[in-house]
Amino acid sequence: MIAIIDYGVGNLFSLSSSLKAIGVESVITSEPDIIKKADKLILPGVGAFGDARQKLAESGLDNLIIEEVKSGKPLMGICLGMQMLFEKSYEYGKHDGLSLIKGKVVPMEGIIKKEYKIPHIGWNALKFHKDSEILKYIKEDDCVYFVHSYYAIECEDSLVASAEYDKQITACVQNGNVYGCQFHPEKSGKVGLNILKAFSEIGGNV
Amino acid sequence: MITKRIIPCLDVRNGRVVKGINFENLSDVSSPVALGKYYSDAGADELVFYDITASSDGRKLFTDILREVAQNIFIPLTVGGGINTIEDFDRVLKCGADKVSVNSGAIKNPSLIKEGALKYGDQCVVLSADIKRVGGEFRVFAKGGREDTGMEAIGWIKKCVSNGAGEVVVNSIDTDGVKGGFDIEMLKAVVEAVNVPVIASGGAGKAEDFVTLFKEIPTIDAGLAASIFHFGEVKIGDLKDLLRRNDIIVR
Repeated sequence: MIAIIDYGVGNLFSLSSSLKAIGVESVITSEPDIIKKADKLILPGVGAFGDARQKLAESGLDNLIIEEVKSGKPLMGICLGMQMLFEKSYEYGKHDGLSLIKGKVVPMEGIIKKEYKIPHIGWNALKFHKDSEILKYIKEDDCVYFVHSYYAIECEDSLVASAEYDKQITACVQNGNVYGCQFHPEKSGKVGLNILKAFSEIGGNV
Repeated sequence: MITKRIIPCLDVRNGRVVKGINFENLSDVSSPVALGKYYSDAGADELVFYDITASSDGRKLFTDILREVAQNIFIPLTVGGGINTIEDFDRVLKCGADKVSVNSGAIKNPSLIKEGALKYGDQCVVLSADIKRVGGEFRVFAKGGREDTGMEAIGWIKKCVSNGAGEVVVNSIDTDGVKGGFDIEMLKAVVEAVNVPVIASGGAGKAEDFVTLFKEIPTIDAGLAASIFHFGEVKIGDLKDLLRRNDIIVR
């Protein structure tokens, strides 16, 4: 059972539908007891970093997620949920992330050349940087669907895959049992479903 | 590099796709779920569902259908038609839409785009503009292209983008239905004016029209069409092969 953590941001309907489509049981929840019982966690999120981070803190779920991860439970952050795994974000000010993965989140504006449109919206190809279990059913140059205006840098050896959009855009990261996807696997067709399937199989149980 | 997107548009009335005709291996061509899945499997990069129902019963039926589509199709879904208030955004997003397309609603209520962008982010708000040449300028039309608003189109689009529209669909009334190709002149004018993704609509009659579109305007992001896909005149897989042979990057 995968717990999709519901802290009041974003639409979780597509994510739960995509897990259902690959035969993986999931529950959308903000209940600590259910989160503790789940085999794996997904931290979704859309919107602004500061607002989402505050909601996560107010609900007390940030500390619970950190505890569960430290106990060895696999966690996947998606989109803004992935950005929150890093140490800091510079989206409208400066915010602390969950510090589960090295790196920081910065705006594309001012870094990416002007002729590149922001947000980075659309299907882009993945380049692999190192092996990760979540890539086991997909191949290099498979395309996934991105929608974002901020991106993670200085991820060091946590960088698993990137996409090219003027700069090298961090697409997948992993640090031990913590995984992140900047793109939306639940909107990336078969490739995305295969990433979710690979995540669901980590540790051998579903 | 980011790929050029190919987007079929499905008009839905009373829960059924209008204009759909026969496809091999597809028994119910007017089922939004079956047709959506067909396009998704064929390699469509995104789907646009346009609700052309007038009644409130039809609206309810549309959102029920949308929910079913979203449970079965895992590519981005954009929904338009009858989006007049922020409650309409809520209604379709809850049922699984990823983006909301506003057209006449933004003309009637100039703050609609701003409200939608503030609540859901720029990436969620798509401006759809029906444009026609009148007396030497591009003019915005409302009510499905029937009513001249008197507004100059490029200025209107720029204003909507600064209010938070994260993408723009440009539908040329002049080329729509003619099947003689996209309106390159009009699309160029829009692409030069804004720095958000622009989606071309209106005029595609054959696969080569997409090649011309992406060659003539390398910064345009996507081509949208309805009838050439629904009538099976152009298959998405074949279209993408043709684009690849012409060095246009597609998924």
